Amino acid sequence: MKLKQIVKELGLEVVSKVFNLDTDIVDGYASDLLSDVIANAKKDSIWVTLQIHQNIIGVAVLKELAGIIIVNGRKPETETLKKAEQENIAVMVTELPAFEIIGKLYGLLKGLSYSG
Amino acid sequence: MSKKITKVQELIYKLKIEQAMTKGVIKVHPKTVMGELREILKNNRISGIPVMDEDKLVGIISIEDFIKCMADGKLDAFIEDRMTKDVEILYADEPLIHAVNKFNKFGFGRFPVIERGNKKLVGIITKSDIIKTLLKELEINLQEEEIHRYRASHIFEDMIANKTTLIFEYNVAGQDFKRAGESASELKKSLGRLGINPQILRRVAIATYEAEMNMVIFTSGGRITAYIKPDEIRVKAIDSGPGIPDIEQAMQPGFSTAPPMVQEWGFGAGMGLPNIKKCADKMNINSIVGKGTKLEIVIYTHRKNETQTDS
Repeated sequence: MKLKQIVKELGLEVVSKVFNLDTDIVDGYASDLLSDVIANAKKDSIWVTLQIHQNIIGVAVLKELAGIIIVNGRKPETETLKKAEQENIAVMVTELPAFEIIGKLYGLLKGLSYSG
Repeated sequence: MSKKITKVQELIYKLKIEQAMTKGVIKVHPKTVMGELREILKNNRISGIPVMDEDKLVGIISIEDFIKCMADGKLDAFIEDRMTKDVEILYADEPLIHAVNKFNKFGFGRFPVIERGNKKLVGIITKSDIIKTLLKELEINLQEEEIHRYRASHIFEDMIANKTTLIFEYNVAGQDFKRAGESASELKKSLGRLGINPQILRRVAIATYEAEMNMVIFTSGGRITAYIKPDEIRVKAIDSGPGIPDIEQAMQPGFSTAPPMVQEWGFGAGMGLPNIKKCADKMNINSIVGKGTKLEIVIYTHRKNETQTDS
């Protein structure tokens, strides 16, 4: 599923100005520990986290992730967005808590239905 | 938001009409009889001809005109009575995009090309000329890219020495969380340019990132040096303290001495060293408390060496 479709379906707000929303997303990863993401996230995945500092962009670049969803209505730091735009990483925010957005994302990517 | 421009779009703006047109144009005189046109078109395998009176372009006659003329049974008519008189022309020095636009606008099959200075006819351009030129240009571009890639990935084969090593060195500032990870990402980019296999590249990048993070979190800074040899990549991370009291404990997944603040940011999960170990073919840590830590990892870039045992 294309990233832009996910953005639409989940009502995400894309907050980084330069990004590529045409990447095909096949998987996702959820974690707030950077080392864990580095060890286990797969290329072209979408990453769900509550971290907002600029190192998340470094991790996304390193692992060639397609985008980052920041949960709980947290807003990424200005430096984070600047770096995201430099590196062409899509940063999206949602008001939903991690559990909810991950559930919906899983439903979309793995084809399971969800209510709500 | 920046719009992505394709290579073809770039080319049709960059290339000039004279680079795509057919030169050495065959012409006909306006007083030629239509019946003769068939042979001229057939013999030259063309579908349209400019009509010239001396040096003056007076019209253009095409295979479509010929067919119409034949249907009317008027093959004895002069070309000047059957040709298109309001000729749309293009200048040789115009970009190809102008030709593309004109084809779309007028629906003609061909346009005569005129030299801007002396107004002389220098060529003729059709849609298939444009397509052929674009394909040829794309092929040249592709070849150049392949040569470039070949050069990058064969850099070691081009170097003649008993031993060749490329060295990349990065200074890492301790406690600078804003710049943390930059060395690993710069190393990854540089190795990518060398044409290192992406799988190997990822392992080197992850191991270097974790080593760099350890340096940022726990030390007052240090240096990361990558030694690139034809068959292996060796990364050394050297800092000047505080040192690791119990390396075996530090190697346990989940064991961390990172301060709570740092852990809140998502660092210091106790997975740094285990991650490095997972990525490396060889790993060696020497640490003296109060003096510093030396971490050395080796990742083999050639398959034949991957089965070698640790020495």
